[in-house]
Amino acid sequence: MIEPVLSGMAQTECDRKAPLLRAGNTNCGGCGMSIALNFMSRAIGTRRVQMVIPACCGIVTAGPFPYSAYGAPVVASTFASAAAVATGMARVAAMNGEDLRVLCFAGDGGTYDIGMATLSAAAERGEDLLYVCYDNEIYGNTGGQRSSATPLGARTSTTPKGKTQGKKDILAIMAAHGIPYAATISLAHPEDAVAKFARALDARGFRFLHVLAPCPTGWKSEPAHGIELVRLAVRSGLFPVCHVEDGRRFTIDVEPDFDRAALADYFARQGRFRGTKLDLDAVAMAIEEHWRDLRRRGG
Amino acid sequence: MSLELLSANHAAATAATLAGRANAKARGFGGGVYPITPQTECIELLCQQDFADEHGCEKGEIVRVESEHSAMAVCIGMSLTGARTFTASSSNGLAYMTENVFAAALYRLPIVMMAVNRTLGPPWNIWVDHGDTLALRDAGWIQFYCEDNQEVFDTILLAYRLGEDPRVLLPVIVCQDAFVLSHTMVQTDVPDLDTVRRFLPDFELPHRVSEQPVTVGGLDFPRETEVHRRQHHEAMGRVPAVYRECQDAFEQVFGRRPADAVQTYRMDDADVALVAMATTFSTVRTAIDAARARGIRAGGVRVRMFRPFPESELREALGRCARVAILDRDISLGLGGVLWAESRACAREGAIVQNYVVGLGGGDIRPRDVDAMLRDLLARTAAGAPEIVEVGS
Repeated sequence: MIEPVLSGMAQTECDRKAPLLRAGNTNCGGCGMSIALNFMSRAIGTRRVQMVIPACCGIVTAGPFPYSAYGAPVVASTFASAAAVATGMARVAAMNGEDLRVLCFAGDGGTYDIGMATLSAAAERGEDLLYVCYDNEIYGNTGGQRSSATPLGARTSTTPKGKTQGKKDILAIMAAHGIPYAATISLAHPEDAVAKFARALDARGFRFLHVLAPCPTGWKSEPAHGIELVRLAVRSGLFPVCHVEDGRRFTIDVEPDFDRAALADYFARQGRFRGTKLDLDAVAMAIEEHWRDLRRRGG
Repeated sequence: MSLELLSANHAAATAATLAGRANAKARGFGGGVYPITPQTECIELLCQQDFADEHGCEKGEIVRVESEHSAMAVCIGMSLTGARTFTASSSNGLAYMTENVFAAALYRLPIVMMAVNRTLGPPWNIWVDHGDTLALRDAGWIQFYCEDNQEVFDTILLAYRLGEDPRVLLPVIVCQDAFVLSHTMVQTDVPDLDTVRRFLPDFELPHRVSEQPVTVGGLDFPRETEVHRRQHHEAMGRVPAVYRECQDAFEQVFGRRPADAVQTYRMDDADVALVAMATTFSTVRTAIDAARARGIRAGGVRVRMFRPFPESELREALGRCARVAILDRDISLGLGGVLWAESRACAREGAIVQNYVVGLGGGDIRPRDVDAMLRDLLARTAAGAPEIVEVGS
C-alpha cells in the first residue's frame, strides 16, 4: 500500500461539482471527520445520496438554519435515531423506484452508545443503508467525554485519570450481524479509503464503515499530526485496516509491521494519554491477541 | 360502506390502512411499529395488510422496529420523504418514544398516531388513564380523545385530512381508552377505498427531502427558534377553522358529521355542568339523565380536541353555569387534574369549579360515582382542592 507523505484531499476536476463538505464550514483545523467527508465526496461522485446525521460534530458542521455546509440533502435526526430515520427514507425511496443511496453519518457516541440498539436493529433487518461511523473516540460535540469507543488510558473530562476500560470492537459487533459488507477505513490510506467508500455505496443491503477520525481538540494533539497519528495506529496494529464480507470472510487490507516505536509515538503525540500510566507492554499484548483473533477469522 | 364488528384497535388499523391505500398513487404509506399492551392488536392487523397498488407495486412499508423510539423515527424518515405514515403506542411506550414525538412535530410532519390511553408504570397497570398522552400535550401535536369505536375510526381519517392540510402540517394523536374501547368490539361503519379517496387527497409535503442540498432540522439560533415556534403555534391556531372544514367535507363524503372539538349534552338550560373526556363522558350522560329526572338542570361538556385547546368553544359551552365539575382520569402530581387545570378559567366568573380526579389506573367509574360527585358539587358553597375519588376496581 502506498502511503503518501501528505494526505487529505484537494477538490479536483474529477470530483463532483458540489463538494459534500462545502467551503465555509466551521470545523476545527485537523478534523478527521472533515477529511472523511472529502474522501466520501470523491467516492459519491455523481451518485444521488441523502444523508442522515444524528446529534454529533457532523451536524454542527452543517451550520445554522437556513444554511447548510453539505452538498447533499441532510436530515438532522435525534441522537439515537439515525439508522431508523434512514430506514424510513430508504424504504420510501425504494417504494417509489428512486435510484438513490441513503447514508448515515454518525460519531462514535451515536454509534457505539446511544444509537447501538437502533443500528443493530437496522442491520438485523437488512435495511438498504450505508452507515458510516466517524470515530473520534470521544463525545466531541459536548466538549470531550468518554464513550465506549474511548481507548484504555485516555483522559477525557469524565475520565480525568484515564479510562480504565478498553474500546468496544465495533467491527466484530457489526460483522456478527452477518451484513454483506463491513470495513475499517484509514485516513492515511486514501486509495483504500475511497475504494471502500465506493464499494460500500454501490453494494445493497446494510453496509457499515468505521473511520478512525483524529480530533485534535479532544486528543490534545497537533492539528497537523492527524494523518500521521492514523498511520502510526495502522502501522502498530492498533487500528486494523480490513473488511468483512457477509460477516464471515475477514480480509486484512493493510499489513502492519507491529512496530513498538510507532505505538509509543502514537501515544506520545497525544496529550490525552499524558500522565495516565498507560502500560505499553499490556497494550502491545492486547494488539497481538486481537490480531490472532482477526487472522483466525480469515484475515 | 359496510358494517363490520371491530374493536377500536382494529378500527384504527382499518382506517389507517384505507388512508394508506388512498395514497398509493402518490408517495405511498408506511410506519414503524412496535407492540405494547393494549395497542398490539392494532399493529398486528396493520402487519397483515396488503398495500400493493393497481399495478401490483408495493406502496406500503410497515417496519417492525426494536423500540417505540425507532417506530416514530421510521415515521419521521418516511414522512420527510413524502409518504403518509401511521404508528400506534400506549403508556410507557409513549414515554419511551417521547423525544421523537416532539421531533415529529418540530419537523412539521403530519404523522398520525393512535394511542391507547393506559396507566404509566411502575407499578405496572394496563388499564385506562389519560396521563400518558396528556404528558405529551406540549409536544406540538393535535390531540383528540374519542368516546366510541366509530369515532376512533372516523378521527383517524379526519386526522390525515386535517394534519396534511398545508395550512396546518402537524402530527395528530388519536386517543382511545384502554380495553373500554381498544378491546370492545362494536359494529363499525367502514367505507370503501374509493369513498376514502374522495375524502383524502394525495399527500404532498412541501418541505419533502429530495435533491435540494438543505439540512432539515439542523441548528437554530434564538432568532430562528422564535420564528419557528411562532409559526408552529400559529398553525395550531388555524386548526379549529380547518377542522370545521374537515367536518363539512367528511359529512359530504360519508354522510355523517364528526363531533365538534367540544361536544355538549343537555346544556341548553343547564346551570350545573359536568366536564369530561373520552368514555368517561358516556357515564356522565347516564348520570345527567338520572339527575334531570330528579329535577336538577345538569348538562355535560366533552372535550374531544385537547390540542389545540378549544378555549372559546369551552367558554361558550359552559356559558351561564354557576357550578362546574371537571372529571379527570389523570393527575398532574402536585397540581391536580390536567383537564381541570386547563379549563377552570373557561367557566363564568364566580362559578364554583370543582375538580374530581376519578378512575385512576382504570377503576370503573359508575353512574353512581358521577352522581355522588354531582351531589357533592351541589352542596358546596365554594370550590376546594382537587378531590381524588376512589372507585375501587
